[in-house]
Amino acid sequence: MREEKKIRVLVAKPGLDGHDRGAKVVARALRDAGMEVVYTGLHQTAEQVVEAAIQEDVDIIGLSILSGAHLTIFPRVCQLLRENGAEDIMVIGGGTIPDEDIDELIGKGYARALFTPGTTTAEIVGWIRKAAEN
Amino acid sequence: MSVKENNGQPGQGRKAWETCVAGLPERPQKFMTVSSVPVKALYTQEDIAGLDYRRDLGYPGFYPYTRGVQANMYRGRLWTMRQFAGFATARESNERYKYLLSQGQTGLSVAFDMPTIMGYDSDHPRAFGEVGRVGVAIDSLEDMETLFGGIPLDKITTSMTINAPAAVLWCLYIATAEKQGVPSHKLGGTIQNDILKEYIAQKSWIFPPEPSLRLITDIFAFAGKHVPKWNTVSISGYHIREAGSTAVQELAFTLADGFAYVEAGIKAGLDVDSFAPRLSFFFNAHIDFFEEIAKYRAARRIWARRMKEKYGAKDERSLLLRFHTQTAGCSLTAQQPENNIVRTAYEALAAVLGGTQSLHTNSMDEVLALPTEKSVRIALRTQQIIAEETGVANTIDPLAGSYFVEALTDQMEAETEKYFERIEQLGGVLAAIDQGFFQQEIADAAYRYQLEIEQKDRIIVGVNDYTMEEPKQIELLKIDPQIEEEQKRRVQAVRAKRDNIVCGNRLGALRKAAGTGDNLIPFILDCVRAYVTEGEIIQVLREVFGEYKEKPIF
Repeated sequence: MREEKKIRVLVAKPGLDGHDRGAKVVARALRDAGMEVVYTGLHQTAEQVVEAAIQEDVDIIGLSILSGAHLTIFPRVCQLLRENGAEDIMVIGGGTIPDEDIDELIGKGYARALFTPGTTTAEIVGWIRKAAEN
Repeated sequence: MSVKENNGQPGQGRKAWETCVAGLPERPQKFMTVSSVPVKALYTQEDIAGLDYRRDLGYPGFYPYTRGVQANMYRGRLWTMRQFAGFATARESNERYKYLLSQGQTGLSVAFDMPTIMGYDSDHPRAFGEVGRVGVAIDSLEDMETLFGGIPLDKITTSMTINAPAAVLWCLYIATAEKQGVPSHKLGGTIQNDILKEYIAQKSWIFPPEPSLRLITDIFAFAGKHVPKWNTVSISGYHIREAGSTAVQELAFTLADGFAYVEAGIKAGLDVDSFAPRLSFFFNAHIDFFEEIAKYRAARRIWARRMKEKYGAKDERSLLLRFHTQTAGCSLTAQQPENNIVRTAYEALAAVLGGTQSLHTNSMDEVLALPTEKSVRIALRTQQIIAEETGVANTIDPLAGSYFVEALTDQMEAETEKYFERIEQLGGVLAAIDQGFFQQEIADAAYRYQLEIEQKDRIIVGVNDYTMEEPKQIELLKIDPQIEEEQKRRVQAVRAKRDNIVCGNRLGALRKAAGTGDNLIPFILDCVRAYVTEGEIIQVLREVFGEYKEKPIF
């Protein structure tokens, strides 16, 4: 069998909101799908998220935001990744994000993909696997 | 085909039915509640053979209160229709409250923004991007005066969804009333103030459990003397359920939290009947109709029995489990959001049939953003239709005696007792939190639920079946990003114009008291009267009490 490097994912809860049901369900699904998952826990600043991502040498950061602060947090995380020379880490996310904000975040390159309520964990796993191949 | 008759012995009739039904095909799905509890095809007298009417049900307003906490229930007064609202600044929220009151709402319910919930002023770096987003931003007494401007606080009751910094927001409310000339003994309302469920489910904590419980018992003692009509804790299952728990877990963990507060009060030297009558509850109304009704009925019975038998409460009011209900946000779907009106209506109906004292109905668009005025109105009208048109409020506890509902009620009580035993074995609620017990149970249930949806063992209309292409999202409420800048300027202006020497002295007195066993409420009240901000008060307490850290598990 071919040795494959496991995909490493940081699941992060930035900002002050404590709604971690989605983040934990996704983290567990990614782990069950064979990925290495690091979960930051709650109430993280953008700085803490980026520091953890670099320290843990992850391929992907998944930001879970249900507080309506997505338009400030995604750009901030991307900016910090750039400043730390870590823009190769892919940023994706999920939460209650209205359609037009999704267009803005994806359009401006602050997120590669956003998964909103109703998404299956299988879709997220599939997307990450495909993205990791390329 | 001949007529099948069940004449003869009841047992024979059952046998004939079983033979008959065994030969009939069933739909291929699993028959289970939303909590994954299997449901039988039929419930009969045999399922409630042990039920003793006087012992287990009793009359409404009489022990063990299974049928309701008031003797006349909705024949006397309907439940309070209390829509949770708050966004942007105090001024905008004040307008929404006045609108809701003008539309027939009978009580206020305040939603705060995340910085307020976490004890940060709007100009703190950690508040960045979050001011006024999920609720109203409150920094100082000035904001609170604006929030309730033109609303007489002796005429309405107010519920405030605030936990870790509850003491501060409560003092702000009392001080606002003082300014209106309303003495504290006339104030009615609720602070959520339920820190245990924050560690378990909602995760908006600040301090570690011990000092948090001390703040709560300080509130008990102060309210007992000065604000006697106030509900000092709203012991909440809502967030436990939203985090993914089952109905039984919601019931068991919430009641366990309630008993932990009772024990904390007793340990602080208070007589149980001096504070227990002011404890109230807050439950979820999820989509599984009968399971929810059984949950409310079981909750009343368990609370009454334990308060009487274990904690020796003598005042009847200590035995009454009074509760607020909110329909389940987590049952709503972003797909075909108009369907959420229907879901919410069924959930609200369950809450009413379960005997709730007050009710919030979610708006169809809350899965996407804060609700618009139109969607809030539909949600409120849903309650009014239940109250005025359906006829369900004409008689008390109409589902009592239903084989299924009574069997489910018994089953819930038995399962809850099992959880109590496990929690006790772990060393009580605080020890169980520390060991991650509740958190793991809830995470497991949430994950199982998600897998059931993905495997189509559970159908959610519009999500994994009956789907369709949707052209465009419905119109959503937008929060202007300028709100944050405005609010930052406002709190800075308050700091510039107040007497900062007085503020410094009062914060110093609070710091000193926090290090002793003194009741902190009078000190906090003195601070807010001088326009010390919420963030400044919490910062002092953070320095004395420390901050809670969770071990992240998934």
